[in-house]
Amino acid sequence: MTAILITHALLGALLVLLGDRIDRRGFLVAALAPLVSLIWIGSNASSIIDGDVHSWSYDWIPRLGLTIDLRVDALSLVMLLLVAGIGILVCAYSYRYFSASKPALGRLSGLLTLFAGSMTGLVVSDHLLTLFVFWELTSVTSYLLIGNDDRNPRARDAATSAILITGSGGLVLLAGLALLGGQLGTYRISEIVTSIPVGSVSWVAVVLILIGAFTKSAQFPFSTWLPGAMVAPTPISTYLHAATMVKAGVYLVARLAPALADVSVWRPIVFAVGSITMVFGGWRALRQVDLKLLLAHGTVSQLGLMMIVVGTGHYSMAQAGIVLLLAHGIFKAALFMVVGIVDHQTGTRDVRRLTRLGPGWRAIEVTTVLAAASMAGVPPALGFIAKEKILAGTIDGSFAGAQTLTVVIALGSVLTFAYSARFVLGVFGRLTSHEGGDAIASADPPRMSLSAPAILLGVLALAIGVVPQVIDSLARAATQALHPSSTPKDVELWAGLNTALFVSAGVIAVGCLLAICRTSVARLQKRVHDVIEPLPSGDSTFWWIVAAVLRFAKRTTHVVQSGSLPVYVMVIMGVATAGTAIPAVSSYDNFPEWIDSPTQLAPLSFIVIAAIGATRVKRRISAALLLGAVGYGMAGLYVLNGAPDLALTQFAIETLATVLFVLVLRVLPQDFDSGQRSPTRRSMMPSFRLLISAAVGAGIFIFALVAAEARESVPAVSVSEEMLERSVPDAHGSNVVNVILVDFRGMDTLGEITVLAVAALGTAALARSAGRRRTAGNSRTDVVLRSEVLDTITRLLFASIALLAVYFLFTGHNQPGGGFVGGLTVAAAISLRYVAGGVEAVRRSVRIPANVVLGGGLSISLATAFIPLALGGTVLEHAVFTWDAPLLGTIKTTSALFFDTGVFLVVVGLVLMAIEAFGGEPESDEEKPNSRFLVGETT
Amino acid sequence: MSIAVALVTAVLFGTGSWLMMQRRLTRIIIGIGLLGHGANLLLVSSGGPSGDAPIISGDGVENYSDPLPQALALTAIVITFGVTALLLALGYRSWQITKDDVVEDDVEDRRVLRRSNQDGPESEVDLEDAVPVGPDEDGVNRVVGERGEGDGS
Repeated sequence: MTAILITHALLGALLVLLGDRIDRRGFLVAALAPLVSLIWIGSNASSIIDGDVHSWSYDWIPRLGLTIDLRVDALSLVMLLLVAGIGILVCAYSYRYFSASKPALGRLSGLLTLFAGSMTGLVVSDHLLTLFVFWELTSVTSYLLIGNDDRNPRARDAATSAILITGSGGLVLLAGLALLGGQLGTYRISEIVTSIPVGSVSWVAVVLILIGAFTKSAQFPFSTWLPGAMVAPTPISTYLHAATMVKAGVYLVARLAPALADVSVWRPIVFAVGSITMVFGGWRALRQVDLKLLLAHGTVSQLGLMMIVVGTGHYSMAQAGIVLLLAHGIFKAALFMVVGIVDHQTGTRDVRRLTRLGPGWRAIEVTTVLAAASMAGVPPALGFIAKEKILAGTIDGSFAGAQTLTVVIALGSVLTFAYSARFVLGVFGRLTSHEGGDAIASADPPRMSLSAPAILLGVLALAIGVVPQVIDSLARAATQALHPSSTPKDVELWAGLNTALFVSAGVIAVGCLLAICRTSVARLQKRVHDVIEPLPSGDSTFWWIVAAVLRFAKRTTHVVQSGSLPVYVMVIMGVATAGTAIPAVSSYDNFPEWIDSPTQLAPLSFIVIAAIGATRVKRRISAALLLGAVGYGMAGLYVLNGAPDLALTQFAIETLATVLFVLVLRVLPQDFDSGQRSPTRRSMMPSFRLLISAAVGAGIFIFALVAAEARESVPAVSVSEEMLERSVPDAHGSNVVNVILVDFRGMDTLGEITVLAVAALGTAALARSAGRRRTAGNSRTDVVLRSEVLDTITRLLFASIALLAVYFLFTGHNQPGGGFVGGLTVAAAISLRYVAGGVEAVRRSVRIPANVVLGGGLSISLATAFIPLALGGTVLEHAVFTWDAPLLGTIKTTSALFFDTGVFLVVVGLVLMAIEAFGGEPESDEEKPNSRFLVGETT
Repeated sequence: MSIAVALVTAVLFGTGSWLMMQRRLTRIIIGIGLLGHGANLLLVSSGGPSGDAPIISGDGVENYSDPLPQALALTAIVITFGVTALLLALGYRSWQITKDDVVEDDVEDRRVLRRSNQDGPESEVDLEDAVPVGPDEDGVNRVVGERGEGDGS
């Protein structure tokens, strides 16, 4: 079974890849795939008909319980027979249909093979989700096949329409299948149908599944895509839109009907939709002047009938449905092929232009009559047997609405007879009087090799009708696959004198009458359509919906994507506040103390004043200094909170950040509002901004209280306690914060210094690309006066601060300090050198280039992290060293020191790069405001 | 956490977001700085009541303040510094190019906006293209036409 699917997939992929390099012979290659299927069917058919089941299963995603289950019973065999049998005939037909000179048929034939494979998979799937995957694959391949001529706008429209309708229907189906599988606890179709009580299935699942099936099988009101799909080449339409794909929905309904038909909403929906589809499809088919469109609407009508029949969920109707599936596949494929032949030879499918064709056309005419007779339900064709069985089923039916259905089906059959007659007359050129000048005068008869597949199908339509015993055992087995305990009647031409026969006779009589009075019928239809013309049609409604969705998308874009950063920030802030504060507020029930200790009051109020000041001041530099003040206040708070490492880090960082701010802000105007350009768009109303800021503040206030309470209520043994306990014995360090950074959570630190390195490189790159634009030789470095005293003092200080930094680094494991603090201390010393002597002084004191320091630091940390791996340890496993040093006594340290040294160097490198980037003397740009940067780049 | 600390956190977040919602890059950078301070304060103070510095000097683990939020905050402080440096470089560059540090509307977004304001066919070829012209009855009847059907034999 899997071999068949793989053959289809590989052949299809091969042909698509060959693409332009293969002509119509691609279809001969493509025929191999259905041939493999047919051989498989031939060798297994008899055992399957005897009741064997071929199944195969593969655990696809075991953790999600997803398996690929394939299972071939007699019903699948019927579908396989259609897919493979008609598939091989279509390939043969296509080989002659496309001219030898038409290039690039690899894509078309490859897609056809892929479609055939998807369809094969669909009918053998025993898992609802596997079935869904193949279902969507048929939608996608069908989309590509319809839109194959991508330069034709009509083909693109039709393909879009098909994929939108069947694709969204597929999603609805998925929802329904998931609901069904969830409610029943199994996704296996065979289990659902046989052993599971379906009382728990909700009507929602049923409705969703039915909608999915209706879109695929072009039921009202989703039928609009099928006539549109007729822009595809006729062989494609023959295969997809007559014989196989549109039956997928019918197949699914047939599969599930035995289990789900008793859910209350199933039958009313199926009957109503099927009836409307059947009658309206027939009515519209009767109006068409394009033979292919006539067949398309006829297919819609027939699909409606099939939906009713298989949806009944009763074994006699199921058997009738199976016979109808076979009959329809045969006669509709034959008729489509006939249309293709007529179109191929005469160049038109318009019944108003076709005339009586020459003597070479007799075989085609006979085929047309045979197939159309089967479609119309005229004895002794196979279609007649199907219709008889259906009518017998509804007349004797015990389900609600059976008698109404008899009437509807009779009405639909009358229309079917009428449009079948119209088709025959159209092909014969007898439908119009040909007074116009554009009639086809004569046409070459088709070659035998082109018409052979159609003739074969036409003969089959009659022959199986005369000798129905050939399909009797197959239909019986397929029926029993759905209803295991049933005993269906024989499939026979003569079922005796019964009511169904009289109804059939009546249908044929009225149908003949309609065909004879076709002019009056046409006039009546025209009159009705003159009235309903202004009403929106299905197609225009569909495109109206598409346009409305696009309009809605545009409006949404208009509102949402304003391009303004303040608006985006506002939305983010608002959502974040609402998302955290609203859940938080509901879980808060404990009122905290006002303040932990009075000493906190000083730094806290200092922070508040500085923070509010930073928002109010007019000067850039003042705002930056106030930000620094907030940082110092924070550092003070950390001291009070028992966090010396944090305090040290914060002090150093705040100093460095202030230096960087000064370096950058000195080139910017003093005041915020004195820029040469004012914002082109006014930012949001300040009051609105204030509102959001206040909301953020309020939300954080609530969140902070609740978050803290959550932390206080955890059990005594927490992660932190374990870290405190294991710090000395396991990591040989008593400064737990540092131990966490370099050991317990060392991987995080490794990530962090990588981010720092990236930020440093980004800073350098941005500043350097700006620097390249400067005019050379315009530097004022020499002009600035340096203070010798200051220079000397800073040289002395530099050495002692650097020593302190190294001390921090080495003792950090046991006392406040560590790589971050040490690195920042060196950085502070470097910035001191910079203040006194400029970039030159920094270069003199640190001879190693900044990028070497940065990269070297990162490399050392990485090496410390990963060398243990080579020695058989784990990442970041630290070793302990003890040695006796002269003067210092016994030194005990771990390899975490090397890791921390890397951190140290990365921080130093970052600051060196930032000073290199911004520290050059500011250019005299201020003196020439209309410098060349301004020109052409401000728009 | 005490009310006072929660209030200060709220002030830092509020002022930070106020500054971030402006168009001057300098203000945005300072806003991010304030927001960063607020986040660190939230981290540290949600670690429970303050205690001794977490530097082990005995056997027990009582009375130490929680080291884990401190380590997280330390990381955050340094990262905020890196971000600030990068943003300052952006401001520097912005000044080099435009002589200003205003964050203008995104050019691509503005183009999208302009396109959605117009309804002409040129403005959105790929959108309008999907909708067929004319209120024809269905996809294919456009070719053959259904109107003249009354003249059947």
